[in-house]
Amino acid sequence: MSTAEKKGFCWTKENEALAQHHIAKYPEGRQQSAVMPLLDIAQRQNGGHVTVEIMEYIADYLDMPAIRVQEVATFYTMYNHRPIGKHHVQVCGTTPCWLRGSDKILAAIEAHLGIKKGETTADGLFTLGEVECAGACVNAPVVSIGDDYFEDLSPERVTEILDMIKDGKDVVAGPQNGRQTSAPLGELTSLTEFVEKA
Amino acid sequence: MPTLTIDGKEIEVENGITVLQACEEAGVEVPRFCYHERLSIAGNCRMCLVDMEKAPKPIASCAMPVGEGMVIHTNTERVKKAREGVMEFLLINHPLDCPICDQGGECDLQDQAVAFGRSGNRYEESKRAVEDKNMGPLISTTMTRCIHCMRCVRFSTEVAGVTDMGSLWRGEHTEVTTYLGKILDSEMSGNVIDLCPVGALTNKPYAFTARSWELKGTESIDVMDAVGSNIRVDARGAAVMRVLPRLHEDVNEEWISDKTRFACDGLKKRRLDRPYVRRRGKLEEASWSDAFAAIKKKLKGMKGAEIAGVVGDLADMESMLAFKDLLGKLGSKRIEGRQDGAAIDNAVRAGYLLNAGISGIEDADYLLLVGTNPRVEAPIINTRIRKAVLSGLKVGNVGNAEDLTYAVEEFGDDKAILNAIISGKHAAADALKKAERPMIIVGQGALTGEDGAAVLKAVRDIADTYCVKDGWNGYGMLHTAASRVGAMDLGLVTKGGVDSILDDASADKLKAVFLLGSDEIDTASLKKTFTVYIGTHGDEGVQNADVILPAAAYTEKSGTYINTEGRVQRTEKAVFAPGDAREDWTILRALSDVLGDTLPYDTLAQLRDALAKAVPAAKTLDTVPTEAWGDFGTAGDVASGGIAPTIENFYLTNPIARASETMSQCVDAREDIAGEATGTHG
Amino acid sequence: MLQDKDRIFTNLYGHEPWNLDAAMKRGDWDGTKELLAKGRDWIISEMKESGLRGRGGAGFPTGLKWSFMPKESDGRPSYLVVNADEGEPGTCKDRDLMRHDPHKLIEGCLIAGFAMNAVAAYIYIRGEFYREAEVLNAAIEEARAKGFLGKNACGSGYDFDVHVHRGAGAYICGEETALIESLEGKKGQPRLKPPFPANVGVWGCPTTVNNVESIAVAPTILRRGASWFAGLGRENNTGTKVFCISGHVNNPCNVEEEMGIPLKELIEKHAGGVRGGWDNLLAVIPGGSSVPVLPKEICDTVRMDFDSLRDVQSGLGTAAVIVMDKSTDIVKAIARLSEFYKHESCGQCTPCREGTGWMWRVMERLVVGKADKEEIDMLLDVTKQIEGHTICALGDAAAWPIQGLMRHFRHEVEARIDAYHAKAAE
Repeated sequence: MSTAEKKGFCWTKENEALAQHHIAKYPEGRQQSAVMPLLDIAQRQNGGHVTVEIMEYIADYLDMPAIRVQEVATFYTMYNHRPIGKHHVQVCGTTPCWLRGSDKILAAIEAHLGIKKGETTADGLFTLGEVECAGACVNAPVVSIGDDYFEDLSPERVTEILDMIKDGKDVVAGPQNGRQTSAPLGELTSLTEFVEKA
Repeated sequence: MPTLTIDGKEIEVENGITVLQACEEAGVEVPRFCYHERLSIAGNCRMCLVDMEKAPKPIASCAMPVGEGMVIHTNTERVKKAREGVMEFLLINHPLDCPICDQGGECDLQDQAVAFGRSGNRYEESKRAVEDKNMGPLISTTMTRCIHCMRCVRFSTEVAGVTDMGSLWRGEHTEVTTYLGKILDSEMSGNVIDLCPVGALTNKPYAFTARSWELKGTESIDVMDAVGSNIRVDARGAAVMRVLPRLHEDVNEEWISDKTRFACDGLKKRRLDRPYVRRRGKLEEASWSDAFAAIKKKLKGMKGAEIAGVVGDLADMESMLAFKDLLGKLGSKRIEGRQDGAAIDNAVRAGYLLNAGISGIEDADYLLLVGTNPRVEAPIINTRIRKAVLSGLKVGNVGNAEDLTYAVEEFGDDKAILNAIISGKHAAADALKKAERPMIIVGQGALTGEDGAAVLKAVRDIADTYCVKDGWNGYGMLHTAASRVGAMDLGLVTKGGVDSILDDASADKLKAVFLLGSDEIDTASLKKTFTVYIGTHGDEGVQNADVILPAAAYTEKSGTYINTEGRVQRTEKAVFAPGDAREDWTILRALSDVLGDTLPYDTLAQLRDALAKAVPAAKTLDTVPTEAWGDFGTAGDVASGGIAPTIENFYLTNPIARASETMSQCVDAREDIAGEATGTHG
Repeated sequence: MLQDKDRIFTNLYGHEPWNLDAAMKRGDWDGTKELLAKGRDWIISEMKESGLRGRGGAGFPTGLKWSFMPKESDGRPSYLVVNADEGEPGTCKDRDLMRHDPHKLIEGCLIAGFAMNAVAAYIYIRGEFYREAEVLNAAIEEARAKGFLGKNACGSGYDFDVHVHRGAGAYICGEETALIESLEGKKGQPRLKPPFPANVGVWGCPTTVNNVESIAVAPTILRRGASWFAGLGRENNTGTKVFCISGHVNNPCNVEEEMGIPLKELIEKHAGGVRGGWDNLLAVIPGGSSVPVLPKEICDTVRMDFDSLRDVQSGLGTAAVIVMDKSTDIVKAIARLSEFYKHESCGQCTPCREGTGWMWRVMERLVVGKADKEEIDMLLDVTKQIEGHTICALGDAAAWPIQGLMRHFRHEVEARIDAYHAKAAE
């Protein structure tokens, strides 16, 4: 068995199956294509970040050089190289979100959690980061927490959401101002025919 | 054959080349940093931008294949500005530390900044600083200077075949590194220093010792293995400062191994710089005349049959001929040139040459290795095999399974497999049969056993059956010693070989033994025998020597060597031998004078004439000879049993390398990581 | 204004379920087999006639692109790759198409894949779109279960499958060759062209990379006919387009509209107008962050299509309209984009790796005015040194916003420098 495995990382049974499912998507001999999904699975299994052991494990698993795995793991921003909190809170700060007050959102979160960008709360619950364009610009400002987007936020609402998460309450992701996804707030300006029919 | 117009000049070029290459053919200089003709095209530095008519923007000439009717301009205002722009971008984050940079004076960035850059600086922001990387004892890193051309990453991956290097992170935070800051685990690693266009990767042992313009370069030949890599020896005053490769397409292309490059500090350590004579069991300094007198005294009345000689791995042919002639005058014909006891048969010259030549490996479509690990025995040849493998060569191996940096079909290390191959009942036989240009390379490891001669015969028969065809001799022997082919040509082969000489010395049947740089034998057997050592270093050969005559190393003399292909090449004198040390042949001639029968050559030229008579092949420089095929080896049983590797440690194969601190550091660095295998090279 | 009957994405906002049943009620997967039966040449020629230009930003004619794929295989399989790495600031249309109307995309993959003789499609979706990828995967499962994908897809006799590949945070993977590298499990660094993907793409095989929207509109175009689509919009800028209206509008939204709709109409009809009224408008970035900003006077009249926006030295890009009212610190808005490009530069080639950082740092100083006026021209010169000199278009994309800023708002930058120096002199 590989050194990485000896050092402790090994797929769980479910993740082994998941890894195989991803590898099977690609043509025979092109298993390296699965390095990104596998890093993601491993990061999730490891509680939010990847390690040298994980990179070497995946290198072994996909029969590719460890340095190539490390290149991938450091190129893409969604792989974390340090432990992160249970909830990864990422504020989009690019222009469309900034125009709609992302600075205030970030400041509110920093004040509320008592941490700065890049830091984790003492209780290990939240890690705060800023990301480049999240791709939900018409629902700005946007914060992603884990895999979910929270949209159309106000500083007040975002702190409420953090509290709810902290208290273990369910929060519905998506727009927080009552609108339907990316439709204009209030009356529809298009698709009225279809929406009424439905 | 497309025709292009480059700066108004029409030129017809071969298909498939790039615009940059076409410009070179047209005699138009195109600046570049990332492009290197022996590496894959990266196109990342953008320095080679040129204008192509009908293209909306400048094109990267290194990456653009030529096409019929292309009209290229390299001297437009737009091209000038593009180059100035790229140059400026490369410099904004490059430190202004040229005065303390070892690359200074031979830096592509400096040169091209002068030729193609703008003067002045518009960059007012902070400069980037990048943490240096540990790349082991050979390569010094100053990563802030890195311009991200990725030549080193491409070289290590593509040419050296080790996936140890890469670039992490992205954008302006991109960092070139070895994996986890470990050493670059390749015998070819030093080449990244030459490839680095800036001072990011420099020669660590040479660091801060000299400026390039202070050095005197001497074109010479390497003797660390039997490849005969073409080198330039850079010296300042009496000291060899560094060794660099010279281009030879058929031998080493433009690479050299780390031993070739870095063992040169061993030329300064443990050197024999004066004669010694053993008196009352202790070696004492002596004058040349005292040393010669001591020899004369001891040899008095000794019969020729009581005298023998052994030639070491680094001996040049002139020295060997003078050595042979001197012992001949003493009545001895017992001179052995195969220190390692390999059962090389010198009856048929084709039997001990790599007949197809090193570059011929690229013509082969199947290669069977027998008892050789070319990665450590001849890294340059291994690199050539890898190059051929990347374009389709298939390789099989009978011998130790080692990581040769390319895919090898391992057949096991049992010699008896050879019998099965001859009879055609083996997968290797099928492969050889199927191949159009099959090749077999036998290493010294296969020939050093009891049945070495039978193994050689078996390999010969395999070659005869499959590998020798019209116009193609795919049989090759890979030597590990620079002197070996020359020694075979001079007939330095004795019955029973070196073991028999040592046995006879122990048994007191031999009264005197002369060692010409012979440091790879166990001289304990010579304790009782009068032993004269002629050589360069205080190594194994002096342990039991009674008289020591200090000689010149390969950088200190002009000597003829014949490499494993049969290619005749010469070293040239870059510096003088230290102290009282002398060129070997002059020592032997002076000794012959003292002994009363002077060798018949007063000058090197006369000696070379004698050499040409003794070995006509030594006359023709720098060609691979075509030798007649024949029968060699000794028919016999090839017993079942493993073939042992012949080189234990790549870094310590000869007295110069063993005296080299750098080579020791390489050994230590590898011991540090040994056992720490990552298991990622499956 | 576009009528609902001519809208392709009738579930753009997800009022109805995304699932197969609902999708089929909306008309997806209707007669797909018959469409395929009309053959490759017919599909490609219809696509050409529809005038559809790529919806990912560059606007290359889609049918023409498909026609570059080899008609006969030389032994290598061909692939369709769908670019769902939506990351151009301002842009969030593909997200809606995938989470609310995934079957349009999947059916489009089958049809486009068939037309280019591909064996499979890979949808490369940005990693952050985790939920969207879940929907896509589930929709693909539905289609497989129904026999729409897989062996003998839709009963056409043609075998085809669709796979989802999630990215992991790199804007550059929206560049087609970087995307291909990433799909191969490498860093997303763009390749040199030539060779082009249609010749050497993913895994060395012929590949076409299309934007989500370009593929998702294909089935409807083929069903309703090229002339229907070509009849919408303007010549050379045909059809409908999903616009994303963000920034300082009353009701930011995505909306499918006709190509060539006046910008003002788009904003006022669908986004509730500019915050504080049209006269409070300062500027608009009309096609995603990469295209140069336009001042109000141009926005008053400009139409939203490739050619109209090119004529005013900007571009339609991804049709992501970023609206800025008079309260906007326009220098900061552009500086923030410079930071974005610096962050997203892959680092491979010199001008972009070094230049994006340089530009951003100068821009940050300009935000507070801490610069000399000559530095404006120097900065413009730096943008020119990047533009057209890089391997991919990210260099251009980083240069254009600054060029746009200086073209229309140089006075603002100069005023800021004056103010800074005046204050420093006090």
